[in-house]
Amino acid sequence: MAVSAPAAAGTAKGPRRRRRFSRRDRLVIVVLLGIPLLIDLAFVWLPAFASLLLSFTKWTGVGSITLESCSDLPKVPGIPQPGCLYGLENYHQAFTVYPDFWPAVRHNAIWLGVFIILATPLGMLFAVVIDRGIRGSRIYQSVLFLPVMLSLALIGIIWELIYSPNYGLINSLIGRTGNDNLIDWLGDPNLNLWAILVEATWRQAGYVMVLYLAGLKAVDPALREAALVDGASARQTFFRVVFPVLRPINIVILVVTVIESLRAFDLVYITSKGNPLRGLELLSVAVTQNIVGETQRIGFGSTLGVVLLVISLVPISVFLYQVLRKEEA
Amino acid sequence: MTGRSRLGGVLAQVFMVVAVALWVTPILFALYVALRPISETNRLGYFSVAKKLTFENFANAWTQSDMWRFFLNSMWITVPAVILTLVLASAVAYVIARVNVKFNLSLLILFTAGNLLPQQVIITPLYRLYLAIPLPKFLSESGLMYNSITGLIVINVAFQLGFCVFVMSNYMRTIPKEIDEAAIVDGASLWKRYWRVTLPLCRPALAALATLLTTWIYNDFFWAITLISTGNKRPITSALANLQGQFVANQNMIAAAALLAAIPTLVVFILLQKQFIRGLTLGATKG
Repeated sequence: MAVSAPAAAGTAKGPRRRRRFSRRDRLVIVVLLGIPLLIDLAFVWLPAFASLLLSFTKWTGVGSITLESCSDLPKVPGIPQPGCLYGLENYHQAFTVYPDFWPAVRHNAIWLGVFIILATPLGMLFAVVIDRGIRGSRIYQSVLFLPVMLSLALIGIIWELIYSPNYGLINSLIGRTGNDNLIDWLGDPNLNLWAILVEATWRQAGYVMVLYLAGLKAVDPALREAALVDGASARQTFFRVVFPVLRPINIVILVVTVIESLRAFDLVYITSKGNPLRGLELLSVAVTQNIVGETQRIGFGSTLGVVLLVISLVPISVFLYQVLRKEEA
Repeated sequence: MTGRSRLGGVLAQVFMVVAVALWVTPILFALYVALRPISETNRLGYFSVAKKLTFENFANAWTQSDMWRFFLNSMWITVPAVILTLVLASAVAYVIARVNVKFNLSLLILFTAGNLLPQQVIITPLYRLYLAIPLPKFLSESGLMYNSITGLIVINVAFQLGFCVFVMSNYMRTIPKEIDEAAIVDGASLWKRYWRVTLPLCRPALAALATLLTTWIYNDFFWAITLISTGNKRPITSALANLQGQFVANQNMIAAAALLAAIPTLVVFILLQKQFIRGLTLGATKG
């Protein structure tokens, strides 16, 4: 399997090796490592950490940010308050009064659910069928993979033609294009999330398919043959022999699935034309709404970002644990 | 036994044909609508027999917007970002794979985890950071990281670094150590061993990642929507959001614009699909 290669790396021991680096070599190491590290720290980790700090403040982005408690600052009508310490108030507001929060959490959870129950198994099924080498499998694979390469913005736009209430494909097929009986797939808050999840699944299944295909190709054929010789059925061979061997790739797919459902944004933004649309609240959209538009709520936006961060730490840790175990093996 | 497996084969074919038909429908349907005049589809709906097929919508979408400019913006962002990401990521990867630094593992974790964060976790402070960092005029008309092509290049590089470091360091470990050690015996400096010895051996991985990154960065929507405020500075993918507003009365033209924007990705799909998939799976199967 493809995973065993790094095992021997990095075992050369200290002192004998360290002498191999001249002063110039050491300088090169610092540069090779330093520049990318600096970029990564400054533009990814610093903002991530700042999100946490800012989540305890209230700040419109106008004026400076102070270390005084918001309740101590005088409120002058017409003049925006400078940034101030707000304690856990943002979190309190998010969980209680902010109307989009719980719908957003619910919709992100539904998104994940649909990916796990529908998109991922569908992609795996595609992969298994294609891996059997049936006739035309190369064309099938290409077509099913095409959506993965398209931008989500484009996907959102072309699906609007399918869902269009008056002219669209679906309503035409089911005869609901009249103004009195049309179905507004993308506008109706009870339907639009599901309609968009069809679009997302259309793309995600192809993604899972290629990942899984790569995993299947790496399975030693002898393993399957042995199982078949021992009298196992095709189904038994897959679920008892192949699937367990694919554990690493299964974890990767699980992580990808969770992260993609937390990142979901583009499709909703395009479909709702950048405005909040009922039925399509998502955490990612809620975060973004606090920095675009008239009044910025930097503190509150950061709070929602931290919520997203905490949730995403789960799949990230799972993935890193997988990597770590291999490094130490 | 054979009868059963033949039935299975037929079922598999039927399943795949249905799936493929469903999968191409949205794309072919969009093409069909884009090729028809709005006056006709307003009368008959999209699902009707075309009386007239024309490239008018494509031509109008091109001439009635700054589309050439959006494409240029995309190019100015994508090309430098891909090159920078690959150079920087392979540098870190080389150090992780070949120099026994104590914090190798922490480095790998730092970069990999950074790439897995949802973009929205960092956007709020990043947005303020971009408003606070000044840039010289030749790098940014606004004088800020915000609303500049440079700013978009930087965030794309920073965000994609993690994935590429991960893939490249795994790949470099599959290259026999003896090659590097032979170069040491020959007296090659560390720089030479990285740039002249190891990188050329990484060409397959670099090609795969370049294809993947080009598509990803070209397709980026979120960074450009949040960090670019001026419409004509946007790259093509995010400019589609503006065009959607501009051509609001003509969905056929929006479809045409979107399909035009997809041409570069379709070229990659046709010519470099294998490389793209290799890039994706290099990360996954070694993970």
